[in-house]
Amino acid sequence: MTAEVATPRTVEEAVKPRKKKPVRSDRAKAEARLGWMLAGPAFVVMLLVTVYPILQACYDSLFSYRLTAPDDKAFIGLRNYIEVITDPVFLQALLVTVVIMVVSVIVELVLGFALALVMHRAITQLRGLLRTAILVPYGIITVVSAFAWFYAFDINSGFVNHWFGWVPGISTDLNWFAQQGTSLFVIIASEIWKTTPFISLLLLAGLAQVPSELEEAAEVDGATWWQRLTRVVLPNMKAAIMVAVLFRALDAFRIFDNVFIMTNGANDTTVLSLLAYRTSIGRLEIGLGSAISVILFLCVILICFIAIKLFKVDLAGARGES
Amino acid sequence: MRTMSTRLKVGWAVITVLVLIYALFPVASIVATSFKLPSQLNLGTFLPKTWTTTNYEEILTGSAKDLFLPSLRNSIGISLIATFIAVVLATLAAYAIARLDFRGKRLILTAALGVSIFPVVSLVTPLFNLWRNIGLYDTWLGLIIPYLSLTLPISIWTLAAFFRQIPWELEQAAQVDGATSWQAFRKVIVPLAAPGVFTTALIAFFIAWNDFVYGISLTSTSAARPVPAALAFFTGASQFEEPTGAISAAAVVVTIPVVILVMLFQRQIVSGLTQGAVKG
Repeated sequence: MTAEVATPRTVEEAVKPRKKKPVRSDRAKAEARLGWMLAGPAFVVMLLVTVYPILQACYDSLFSYRLTAPDDKAFIGLRNYIEVITDPVFLQALLVTVVIMVVSVIVELVLGFALALVMHRAITQLRGLLRTAILVPYGIITVVSAFAWFYAFDINSGFVNHWFGWVPGISTDLNWFAQQGTSLFVIIASEIWKTTPFISLLLLAGLAQVPSELEEAAEVDGATWWQRLTRVVLPNMKAAIMVAVLFRALDAFRIFDNVFIMTNGANDTTVLSLLAYRTSIGRLEIGLGSAISVILFLCVILICFIAIKLFKVDLAGARGES
Repeated sequence: MRTMSTRLKVGWAVITVLVLIYALFPVASIVATSFKLPSQLNLGTFLPKTWTTTNYEEILTGSAKDLFLPSLRNSIGISLIATFIAVVLATLAAYAIARLDFRGKRLILTAALGVSIFPVVSLVTPLFNLWRNIGLYDTWLGLIIPYLSLTLPISIWTLAAFFRQIPWELEQAAQVDGATSWQAFRKVIVPLAAPGVFTTALIAFFIAWNDFVYGISLTSTSAARPVPAALAFFTGASQFEEPTGAISAAAVVVTIPVVILVMLFQRQIVSGLTQGAVKG
């Protein structure tokens, strides 16, 4: 039957198979029903916990609405959005978020690839040890990582200033969390430490898919180590790299924990997530906070759109769905 | 040849030490801090001058007990329940995706992907408002429900990838050999599927355990506040004292179980994370 469908002789026949389907429709229907019965609950729960809140946020964002004065709720159209995007605090937060995202993704890509190569090439006796070590940051709570890095650099309880006093610019008087640049440095360092294992595992899976014959052939032809890496290995794992970059970019764009713990947004280190949190949970301005939430959501969609359209990242294909 | 292999050996030793330092140094740093006397925190040394368990006493039996112990109970309970629900729902969904042919498979996987990239903070504002109105604010259930948005998508992806690799024909083969369909399922399929389900549960648990945004936004007391949020609320024994030691000790307590799990199951976690991610 499938052969018939696959080779339609006329246009009419090409359309026909749809009508022909009833032949096996009872079984197909039963299978579909069972499929949805099994997968339906998970699907519905996923939609309920995300689509409903985001729709509610879209609705709330059109109102002047703060919980401290709930009776003054009034429809104001897009005024919340205008207020948000013309606010220098928002633009500053957007800039800081993008800087954190770009720097951490670039460093993590290089570092993660190096770690992936190490795991890929490691002799069997070392492989388990290396993998365990690399997984430790992955398993550690982000807040714990934030405190570990914070205390290490802290002017009072830290040791970094004492250890690295010989580096120009670092002395026991340096308060890392008193200005923007040094604060962001520590925040990004903690972020990189915690999430590089994830990116390196994605890249490790990509490395495993590079056909080893290709590399061997290049070696026989006299290609240097660097040539093999840049001409053979990297082009062959482009899909894995793209997926890893996109996932980490989206993740880094949502950064919250590290900033909250280390600076709580002091010295111009506020990021978008923290701004949304402070507006709605801190100041109880639901209308304005919802507008920031929706903007944050739209940014994520935009990043995805750019990645998929411009860089042709095939998420479904790369994530196992053929 | 021999010199080459010695050089290789040294090279690998250096690389291994570097990787170990990278991965473990921040952990060692907070462990060291947790054993420092509060009065010796500012010496600027890495290791404590005098080793002490004062900080652990403070969080387990002392003044920070009422902040830390309830949050530990909340974190364990809420993360376990959220993991359990997610894995049960995801197992059913992944079974359908791997074995049945029906329209909407792609839709479900795409939805899971979409949910997994959702910015958590975007969900917090509406949930905060709704939870306050319907009485779920600061309750276990009020965290378990949003945690499903974190644990469910990755569980579906990881399990679907695992289930695709199971040789399902074995089930029929067992039935041909005279096993009942229940026996075939229990003796053949369950042992094949169990490692995947277990690994998925482990990964989902890590994600729930790590949550901070929901924990700090949707709770206000120790009735439901999980550990990461509670750490941000620690205060020193007096107002002139920084809570550094107590926070470090609490951080070490919640980190140890994770490190043990990672050591025991590194192979499974790696295969789970990579299978759910990049595999044809």
